[in-house]
Amino acid sequence: MRGGAVDLSVDFAGIKMKNPVVLASGTCGFGRELAERFDVEKLGGLASKGLTLKARDGNSGVRIWETPSGIMNSIGLENPGVKGFIEKELDWFGSLNTARIVNLGGHCLDDYLEGVSLLNDLDFDILELNISCPNVKQGGMNFGVKTEVAREVVRRVRGVCRHRLSVKLSPNAEDIVELARACEEEGADGLSLTNTFLAMAVDIYRRRPVFENTYAGLSGPAIKPISLRMVHQVARGVSIPVMGIGGISTWQDAVEFIMAGATAVQIGTATFIKPDVALDVIEGTAAFMKEERIESLEEIRGSI
Amino acid sequence: MTDTARMSRVLSNLQLSRDFFLMRVAEPNEAKMGQFYMLRSWGMYPLLSRPLSVYDADPETLTFLYKVVGQGTKLFSGLRAGDSVATGRALGNTFPVVTGRVALVGGGVGIAPLYLTAKTLKKMDASTRLDLYLGFSDEAVLCGEFEKVGDRVVTDVGGFITDRISPEDYDWVLTCGPEAMMRALYGKCEKAGTKLYVSMERRMACGFGVCLACGCDTSRGRKKVCVDGPVFPAEEVFI
Repeated sequence: MRGGAVDLSVDFAGIKMKNPVVLASGTCGFGRELAERFDVEKLGGLASKGLTLKARDGNSGVRIWETPSGIMNSIGLENPGVKGFIEKELDWFGSLNTARIVNLGGHCLDDYLEGVSLLNDLDFDILELNISCPNVKQGGMNFGVKTEVAREVVRRVRGVCRHRLSVKLSPNAEDIVELARACEEEGADGLSLTNTFLAMAVDIYRRRPVFENTYAGLSGPAIKPISLRMVHQVARGVSIPVMGIGGISTWQDAVEFIMAGATAVQIGTATFIKPDVALDVIEGTAAFMKEERIESLEEIRGSI
Repeated sequence: MTDTARMSRVLSNLQLSRDFFLMRVAEPNEAKMGQFYMLRSWGMYPLLSRPLSVYDADPETLTFLYKVVGQGTKLFSGLRAGDSVATGRALGNTFPVVTGRVALVGGGVGIAPLYLTAKTLKKMDASTRLDLYLGFSDEAVLCGEFEKVGDRVVTDVGGFITDRISPEDYDWVLTCGPEAMMRALYGKCEKAGTKLYVSMERRMACGFGVCLACGCDTSRGRKKVCVDGPVFPAEEVFI
């Protein structure tokens, strides 16, 4: 790289991050496997596998399906549960010198509240509230689709949560800008968007859906332009910071999201293909800043 | 340079039958019997790399036996000597080191990991009696090669290779192939009281334990085929 140092650091809701590149929940476990392959403390942050109050084995049947430029998954929030996380993962995860983001999902309001209270006194940086996993059936209720349902969850969680709270939004929301504003009004410190898009595949020889749950979540480059548009709309509609997520695979993708208004970005599917792709994104962004004489990402954030 | 950015040079890529290919690449490695690699020979698309079993390995080269089943393996089949393929590192656990009377049973492209396994077991203990049972749906391949590493090679084309083996003749049976075949073999081994290890196959995205796509139910709970396997004691997975 040429020239002097550039400042990649960002402030996300009061959390100082070395750079804006975070690994997305559900694509990096708790960081252990990746730590065997590269220095994960070079990351801006790491979002844990989505936790639920009780441990889950996840879904059965086909769990992954490749599409042109993407993958559909139906993992179904396989995770050790909040207590399992505290017992088995927290010592490791909590000691990481990077923004530590704990992702929490739930099937009902009480699960969220109990999960939050179990996590409340623990040392990590941000609680990322997942109101949007498309792969878990919860009696027809999806917390991330209707604004008023999301508002209620965020209000109640905010009432007990002592950590910085970022709400992870679903692209399947009826009106994602309205829903984002409701989260802000209820006290969310930030937003993460998007999660996967509800999608479907058919096995034409067996004449039935590929996935046992019929629908699954689409991720990868295929969704990037749509997620980018949503991040742009939401970032303009709220004053809390946004983490942009959706098919980010290169530094150019990351810069696009930042120009669209994201304070930080999360990388998901691309890690499956190249475990240390996030480092390429960090280095590429730094090189771009030097070349374009950008001293801080503030200069380009939300510039379009 | 990182894992997946490392490119290996293709030394040869032979078509063995209508859809079976044998690809040898130059790549320093310590691959062990039963392990696999996530390979790709293209840029971004198809998105996912493809898991291929190690057929043979020496410190400088790796050989993969694969069957063309989709877009990725079709692209592999077009590679020629001198082309590049990204290999990364050896993944997964290994077949156990066993001695005595051993049978290796493969179905279709599931014969792939058995060559290095046979070679390794013989090298570790020359007194091991090692028989190979290879089942094919339409055309047998590599039988001459397998004869070099086993004491006896039994092949079957179009039938059920599991009908040809009497597990009571063996102390250990190791297998890789279609799950229905391995399950049938487990039934026979259980009756005979012979210990069976199976190499499981699942769709995978990452191959190193973070995507959780390759979940497999076992008597010890949900396991990942990519890092906890692919090799499991049969009684743990066929429950």
